[in-house]
Amino acid sequence: MTTPSTSEAAARADRPAPLPARVARAPRARHFVSRVLTVLGLALLLVFFGLPLAWLATAPFTSAPTLAVGWPDWTLDNFARIGENRYAVGSFVNSAIIGFGTCAVVLVLGAFASYALSRVRIPGRDGLLYALLLLSSIVTGTAAMVPTFQLITLLGLIDTHLAVVLVISGGTLPTVIFILKDFMDSIPRSYEESARLYGAKPWQILRDVVVPIARPGLAFVAVWTLVQVWGNFLVPYLLIRRTQQQPAAVLMYTFYTEAGQADLRLLSAFALIFSVPIIVMYFLVNRRYGFRFHGGIKS
Amino acid sequence: MTAEPAEQVLAGGGPGRRPRRARRGAAEDVAGLGFLGAGAFVAPALALIGLFLVFPALWTIYLGMTDYRLTGLQAVDPTFVGLDNYERILGDPSFWRSLRLTLVFVLLSGIVGQSLLGFAIAWALRRLSGWLKGIVETLVLAAWVIPASVSSFLWIALLDRRGGTLNALLGTEGAAWLIEHPMPAIIIFNIWVGTAFSMLLFSSALAAVPPSQLESARMAGAGGWAQLRDVVIPNIRGHILTNTLLITLWTFNTFTPYLVTAGGPNGASEILAVYIYNTAIPGGQLGVGAAISLIMLLINLVIALGYLRVGRARAARPAEASAVETAGGGETA
Repeated sequence: MTTPSTSEAAARADRPAPLPARVARAPRARHFVSRVLTVLGLALLLVFFGLPLAWLATAPFTSAPTLAVGWPDWTLDNFARIGENRYAVGSFVNSAIIGFGTCAVVLVLGAFASYALSRVRIPGRDGLLYALLLLSSIVTGTAAMVPTFQLITLLGLIDTHLAVVLVISGGTLPTVIFILKDFMDSIPRSYEESARLYGAKPWQILRDVVVPIARPGLAFVAVWTLVQVWGNFLVPYLLIRRTQQQPAAVLMYTFYTEAGQADLRLLSAFALIFSVPIIVMYFLVNRRYGFRFHGGIKS
Repeated sequence: MTAEPAEQVLAGGGPGRRPRRARRGAAEDVAGLGFLGAGAFVAPALALIGLFLVFPALWTIYLGMTDYRLTGLQAVDPTFVGLDNYERILGDPSFWRSLRLTLVFVLLSGIVGQSLLGFAIAWALRRLSGWLKGIVETLVLAAWVIPASVSSFLWIALLDRRGGTLNALLGTEGAAWLIEHPMPAIIIFNIWVGTAFSMLLFSSALAAVPPSQLESARMAGAGGWAQLRDVVIPNIRGHILTNTLLITLWTFNTFTPYLVTAGGPNGASEILAVYIYNTAIPGGQLGVGAAISLIMLLINLVIALGYLRVGRARAARPAEASAVETAGGGETA
């Protein structure tokens, strides 16, 4: 280590200044070396992160894509392959059904629960919320895949979208309630009081007063849930075996693992179309809400 | 099940430190719900969580003591076998190999790889601005957000034996990376996927380091390394712990390496998550799979409790905890 420690440096600073040239030269040389190293490191970094992604950006627009990254000839023909495949379009529909279905379940149940938890002090409320949150980070899809599979088999829901919706909803609801309760807590109560004076029932207050005000919170949770579900591989892979029912995440995997040569024209175009919505949603949420929710938005 | 709310715990605080807003008149039942009404509002959500999150976890204990199988007689009429499954697992060298691989995987790809690389990127970018910073951040984030089945294929293509880009670049035609070096492959793959989180966490942590302290260190002639050691690291110690525990939990539970190597060849990259899947579903031994699941759940519990402990200790020091929150708000990527 050539750099002096802070205390040494401090001691040196206390001494009368040595020749100006000597002082200036050492840090400058050091500065130069560290500058070069930083630039070199950043270049390596760009290659490391960019090289795999380059394929996704170029292959869909190449008329005869190979596994290697190459300069594209900007054709859009590959995207027509998606329409020609028996399952491709359907898999996007499946992904959308599962995504929006989960959104709906999580938003409705989460809004009711978080509203009640925000406005009524149920004994042990904080403990309950906390325990649920802890539980949802322990009982992950991976650790609980066997009992989940068994449960869905027992309920006769194998090969249904409902199974995936229910399982993912159960896993995400604790977080959703936690986020929504925070939003609900910040809504002023005076509106509800006046609504109540006019004789509105609690569910009417929730629907007509609270939900419109809490819309930004609900929108955030909706996008958050969509990001969670859209890319989820394990749950549908475990619970849906019929190809017609599979969402894009599972079909994509089938494309490159099934017997025979993978159709790279189809695969590259499909992968791009499949990735774009999630990237757009992610950067959208990121811009609006910042880092506070990063850990939750994608895991 | 896919959610990772731990960051919210970090941001919002646990029972020890409730958000400020919540305190303001939280007890007022303005909608006139009452306990019964509130119960009715909460019940559907709790039922769903209970059935699909709590119940599976508890049921694993029972399932792990049966000889459930995917097909055959035991699929219809399983018998209770007590601790036989555990005896079998603990005597099975393939389980121990899987556990060892998992340890290596979590250690190298998570704790060392993602944390160090994430920190290094955050450190290198902290005073950069403009297009270079934008490009680096966007690429790292893109690797994180694209769906797992896409990123896995990108790496399969990159490392392919015949047509892969890596072999073309290195001139190592015919090197089968995924077969000859499956563990390094999934470790590097997982670093590539997951570094974004550490980068984001550390860049907001670095932004919260008091500039005055850095300034006085610089005035005293401290170089970059000395500043890092004497000013920055002590300031962000809490973030380092949080990051390490979260990364440990996530890396331990990731199923994505399955998409790259499926645990092969011959179990050489079969980390615990993949081992459970291969045992229970293609292998058909649901009872044994459930027993391994329980072991995994218990390890998760230990990691999460460790996280809680750190969270509590951090909540006790409000200055540091609120620094996370405020720094978080300004972050853009």
